[in-house]
Amino acid sequence: MSEQRSGITPWIVTIALAIALPLLFNKGFSLSLFCQMGINIIFALSYNMLLGQTGMLSFGHAVYFGLAAYFCAHALNAMGQGAFSFPVTLLPLIGGVIGLLFGVVLGYITTKRSGTPFAMISLGIGELVAAGSQMFPDFFGGEAGISTNRVVGPKALGISYGPQIQVYYLIAAWALLSAIAMYAFTKTPLGRMANAVRDNAERAQFVGYDPQRVRYLVFIVASFFAGVAGALSAINFEIVTVENVGLAASGFVLFMAFMGGTGSFYGPVIGAILVTFLQVALSGYTKAWLLYLGLFFLLMVLFAPGGIASLIELHRPAWRARQLGKLLPGYVALLVPVLIGFAGAVGLIEMIYFVETSGGGEGEMRLLGVSVDARQPTAWMVCFALVVIGVLGFRQLRPHLLRRWDDVTLALRAAETRAPSAAVPGVGT
Amino acid sequence: MSAALELKQVRKSFGKTAIINGVNLEVRQGERHAIIGPNGAGKSTLFNLISGRFALTSGSISLKGKDITNHAPFEINRRGLSRSFQVTNIFPKLSVYENVRCAVLWSQGHKYSFWRHIGKLASVRERAEKIVREIGLAHRADTLAGLLSYAEQRALEIGVTIAGGADVILLDEPTAGMSHSETEHAVALVRQISEGRTLVIVEHDMGVVFSLADRISVLVYGEVIATGTPPEIRANARVQEAYLGTATHE
Ligand SMILES: Nc1ncnc2c1ncn2[C@@H]1O[C@H](COP(=O)(O)OP(=O)(O)OP(=O)(O)O)[C@@H](O)[C@H]1O
Ligand SMILES: [Mg+2]
Repeated sequence: MSEQRSGITPWIVTIALAIALPLLFNKGFSLSLFCQMGINIIFALSYNMLLGQTGMLSFGHAVYFGLAAYFCAHALNAMGQGAFSFPVTLLPLIGGVIGLLFGVVLGYITTKRSGTPFAMISLGIGELVAAGSQMFPDFFGGEAGISTNRVVGPKALGISYGPQIQVYYLIAAWALLSAIAMYAFTKTPLGRMANAVRDNAERAQFVGYDPQRVRYLVFIVASFFAGVAGALSAINFEIVTVENVGLAASGFVLFMAFMGGTGSFYGPVIGAILVTFLQVALSGYTKAWLLYLGLFFLLMVLFAPGGIASLIELHRPAWRARQLGKLLPGYVALLVPVLIGFAGAVGLIEMIYFVETSGGGEGEMRLLGVSVDARQPTAWMVCFALVVIGVLGFRQLRPHLLRRWDDVTLALRAAETRAPSAAVPGVGT
Repeated sequence: MSAALELKQVRKSFGKTAIINGVNLEVRQGERHAIIGPNGAGKSTLFNLISGRFALTSGSISLKGKDITNHAPFEINRRGLSRSFQVTNIFPKLSVYENVRCAVLWSQGHKYSFWRHIGKLASVRERAEKIVREIGLAHRADTLAGLLSYAEQRALEIGVTIAGGADVILLDEPTAGMSHSETEHAVALVRQISEGRTLVIVEHDMGVVFSLADRISVLVYGEVIATGTPPEIRANARVQEAYLGTATHE
């Protein structure tokens, strides 16, 4: 697998980026965005231990995230009242242990089955916990959730976690540590057998492994990291609500991992960054942000079911062989109809929302800086025409790109036969 | 010395249909034992019973003197029995090398370890590399198993089966669907890997069977009608009538 050959460079780049990001973008908005990204990276990576690595489609992963977040919020509150003292820096470890403990109990039931029954049980347990939140309002805090204050506990080196920048570096450090640990996990005997069980659980039995045990252990480890993310969420937002354990949150982490790509280790990282960005950025611009995310998801499922990472992997051989330049003109040409069609679609969606929410399209509406009147047919017709032009243009130009792809594939194959790859088993593993 | 495998009055029914009807079979340690019989006789079913894939309807099976009746497949495997499948059954999205390495792990005592780096386990690597070379797939080590040719997948199937170093090996039609030269290759491999182990092999190619096997059992309609050395089996009237008579004239 190609990721095995990538070595240490991506990690160093990531660390450098994590340190530098808040220096480059130091607005409060960016900082809170980065914090959410960091939390979601851990969460999505832990989810992919289930889906991508072991083939377990969970609809209840937020349970371990959310319950850990609740416990940590209560822990922070208890510390605030002086019940005990513990460094906030290490609170994610507690969150991880909470996640792990629930993973041990609930995971035992969930991993009794695989495939569709597994998915159904995970869904059922998610519902169960969400229902439980109404039975224990003291713990879950009812509608309002549990608010807390992270500025408690001993302050080492003047770190109080009052300023958001300190929380950012806390999250960044935990995200890096967790990512390294989860990556290392993929290189262990259990991590490898997880892949084997995903591929062919029956055969795994005939080489000495109990697939159910493999699933259970991976589930526990994944719950641990979900718990770490949950604790960081409690620290970051200083509030935990029922939504954090609910089905929507479980769906959201599936969404992130899937968009990024479950077939490679780094896919969910990309997914977490992108989806978090879209969520935060779009929700500031448009009321229809959820619709856009949904559309994006739909397009991915239809055209790139392996997620963004699969698109990257698709181009990697061409990039290595310095053939990517040949594809570039094709992509640039395609970009034109895509942007035209996209602009038209956005215009239509925004006008529909505007009409629906403003009581019949009264008043002035602005689209990409242009003032439009949603009551006149002109704007609608223009947007519709843009969509049609976009689709037709796309169809017209796509064969060009495909032909270039054929050229590149041929060139790659020719290069391969000239220099057969060294045939040493397990190189780079 | 106890038998490598001992089946006593083994029966298996699917619903009302009895497929295995009281099989008694003893496989001696270190022998190459072939099981032959017409299509649908229950040969694969017998393997599935021995390896724990199916539960017995009645009877008992012991491996090297220890009872393994209705144990889970992974338990039976850990006791030193490994099997291949008639229909290739590998890990399609793992590389050839990874396939073999996964099959090595348990036997080297690594269990469910998540604290050791798999690339640093020298004995695992050496063993896996050795197996990959033995099955003649060294040049394909980094190829995904699902992308191999049919004959290569059959070779990998054997590799995964023997990688754990089990001393009792069950091979279900290892040469099925292979060309003549591929079959020769596979038989040489089977001969080599069965050195110093117990081998039970289901095989339709009579040339292979009679040259390879120390003893042969003939299974017809879920019953062993004869067991013996190749000359004994050739001379056996019931066998000729039930099976060989037609097979040799094919
Ligand atoms: N899981 C099952 N459920 C129901 N019937 C089965 C099952 N497995 C096998 N059988 C039946 O048992 C009989 C024996 O099958 P089996 O595969 O053991 O034969 P075989 O001797 O291996 O034949 P072949 O030489 O074709 O591989 C067949 O009639 C088959 O249909
Ligand atoms: Mg068969």
